[in-house]
Amino acid sequence: MARGASDITAPAVAVHEVTVTLGGRPILHGVDTTVGRGETVALLGANGSGKSTLVKTIVGLYPVESGRIELFGTPLPSFRAWQRVGYVPQRTTAAAGVPATVGEVVSSGLLTPRGWAVRRGRSDRGAVREALATVGMLDRIGDPVAALSGGQQQRVLIARALARRPDLLIMDEPMAGVDLVSQQAFADALAGLAEHGTTILLVLHELGPLAKLIDRTVVLRAGTVLYDGTPVEHGEEDPAHGHERPGHDHVHPHDTPSEAPGTPECPPGPTPVETLKAATTQATTWKESPAC
Amino acid sequence: MLSGTIFGLAFMQRAFLAALVIGLAAPAIGTYLVQRRLALMGDGLGHVALTGVGLGLITKTSPVWGAVVVAVAGAAAVELIRERAKASGDVALAMLFYGGLAGGSMLISLSGGNANLNSYLFGSILSTSDGDLWAIAALAVGVLVVTLGLRRALFAVCQDEEFARVAGLPVRSLNLLMAVTTAVTVTVGMRVVGVLMVSALMVVPVAAAQQLTRAFAATMGAAMAIGVGAALSGVTLSYYADTPPGASIVLIAIGVFLLASIGAGLLRRGRGRSAAARARRAPGGPGAPGAPDGAAVSDPRPQPPAATASSLPQ
Repeated sequence: MARGASDITAPAVAVHEVTVTLGGRPILHGVDTTVGRGETVALLGANGSGKSTLVKTIVGLYPVESGRIELFGTPLPSFRAWQRVGYVPQRTTAAAGVPATVGEVVSSGLLTPRGWAVRRGRSDRGAVREALATVGMLDRIGDPVAALSGGQQQRVLIARALARRPDLLIMDEPMAGVDLVSQQAFADALAGLAEHGTTILLVLHELGPLAKLIDRTVVLRAGTVLYDGTPVEHGEEDPAHGHERPGHDHVHPHDTPSEAPGTPECPPGPTPVETLKAATTQATTWKESPAC
Repeated sequence: MLSGTIFGLAFMQRAFLAALVIGLAAPAIGTYLVQRRLALMGDGLGHVALTGVGLGLITKTSPVWGAVVVAVAGAAAVELIRERAKASGDVALAMLFYGGLAGGSMLISLSGGNANLNSYLFGSILSTSDGDLWAIAALAVGVLVVTLGLRRALFAVCQDEEFARVAGLPVRSLNLLMAVTTAVTVTVGMRVVGVLMVSALMVVPVAAAQQLTRAFAATMGAAMAIGVGAALSGVTLSYYADTPPGASIVLIAIGVFLLASIGAGLLRRGRGRSAAARARRAPGGPGAPGAPDGAAVSDPRPQPPAATASSLPQ
C-alpha cells in the first residue's frame, strides 16, 4: 500500500485512540491513524470535523486528553527533535505589524530547539534560497511579504517550513485562498518533496490538483475517523466508494478528458475557498459529480 | 559655538546621554511590540510602573529601582493574562493598568516630601542625577543586548507564535523576556519622557520607519535612528525654546512620522502606475500596493473573478 511503511519500523506519525477536549468541548474522540515514512497523506473532512485540531495536536499545540501520539517512534511529550518537523499553520497572511522580507520570514524557519540563538551562516542562507526555489519564489526573496498575493504568501510559509529540511512536513489547509498559479507551483513543489522521501501530512478541503500526489486519505467526521485508505474525493458523501475499488490509485482516472469545459463551477461545499478551487481544479476532479 | 555651550553644561550632558540611551532602547523593543500588534503594552506598563515609583518614595529607596521591580512584576502578570484568559483578558489588563496608575498617584501623594507626580508622568530629564544616569544606562544596555542579541528568535515569535512553538523555540520564556524588557524600557524612559509618553518612543519611531522600509532589520535600524534623532533634537529644542523635553521629543517623533508617510505616499504614487500594469498582466497578483499590513492583498475574494476568467479559454 503505502510506499514507505514497510522499510522503517516506526511510522513518522502514530496516533492511538486520541481524545482532545478544547474549552470543555470534546473535539476528537478516539482518533486512530498513522502516517508511514515517505507517505503523503491528506486529511479531509467538513468544517468542524476536527481535522485542524488533529494536526495541531500532533505538533503539540493542543494537549492530548487521552490516548497517545508518537513522532518517529517517540511519544509526544518527550519528543524533542522538532528540527525534523516542518509546520505550515493555517494563515491568511504571512505579514505581521512590521514589514518583513520574504527572506527574513523564511529564515525564521531555520530556528531549531538548539539553534535559536546562534548567528546565521553561509549554509543557512543557502537553505533559505533552496527552500524558496522549491516553491518558485526565489526571485521575490527581497520583497516585503505584505506585497505578495495570498497564494504567494502561502508559498512563503511553506518555504519557511522547508528551510529546516524537515523529514516530516505538516500543513494545515495550505491551499486555502491560493490562486491558480500558486496552486500549480505548490503541487509541483510537493511532488518534488515526496520524491525525495519527505513524509507529508496535509489538511485539505478536497484533493483538487493534488490528487495525483496523495497516497492515502483520512476522512474525519465529528471528531472520529470516517475513512482511512485509498484516496477518495468526497469521503463523507460516499465512503464505501473507495473500498470497492481497492486497486485503484485514486478516483480520477486519466482516461477522463481533462479538457472537458463547462464544469468549473460545481459547488462541492459551502466555503468560499471551494468556489475558487472549483474554477481552478481541472475537470478531472469532478468525475463523481458530472451533473452539476 | 552654541553647541559648545550646551554640551559644556553638566545637566545638559546628562540629559543628552539619557536621551540617547532611551532613543536607542525604546524603538528597539518597540519594533517587536508593533510586530505582534501590542503597541500599547508599553503604555500599560508605564501606568503600572508608577506604583513602583510610589513604593520607592514611600520606603525611602530608589524610585527607579522600585519602578523596575513593580513594572517587571506587572509585565509577568500581563503575560499570564495574555496566555490564559482569552475572552476577559482586556478587562483584566485594564484593572492592572489603572490600578497601577491610581496606586502610584496615591503612594506618591502619601509619601509627602517634595516628590512631584508630574515629573514621573511627563519626565524631568533636566533634573537627571548621576545615579539616575548610571541606572538608566545599565538598564538600557540590558534592553539592547536582549533586543539585538536575540533578534532572530524574537522575530520568529512575534511573526508567528504558533510556528515558533512547533519549531521548538522556548516561546513562553521568550514572551516573558520580551515583557520584562518592555517593563525595563518603560523605567528607562520614565525620567526622560515620563510614564505617560514612554510608549510613544517605542511606537512612533517604528511607525515612521516602516513607512519607508521593506525589511524587518531595516525597520528596526531606522526606528532606532529616528528615536535617537527625535530624543536629541527634543532635548536641544527644550533648552533653547524652554519647552517641556518629553513633549518636545514625542512631537518631533510624530513630525518625522508625518513627513515619512507623506514621502511614502508620493513614492507609492510614482510606483503605482507600473505596479498596476504588472497586476493586470498577472491574474490573482498583488492588489493595492499601498496596503502595508497585507489585509487587502490576502483577501481571497478579489481572486475568484480572475480564476474564473482564466478557466474560460479552454
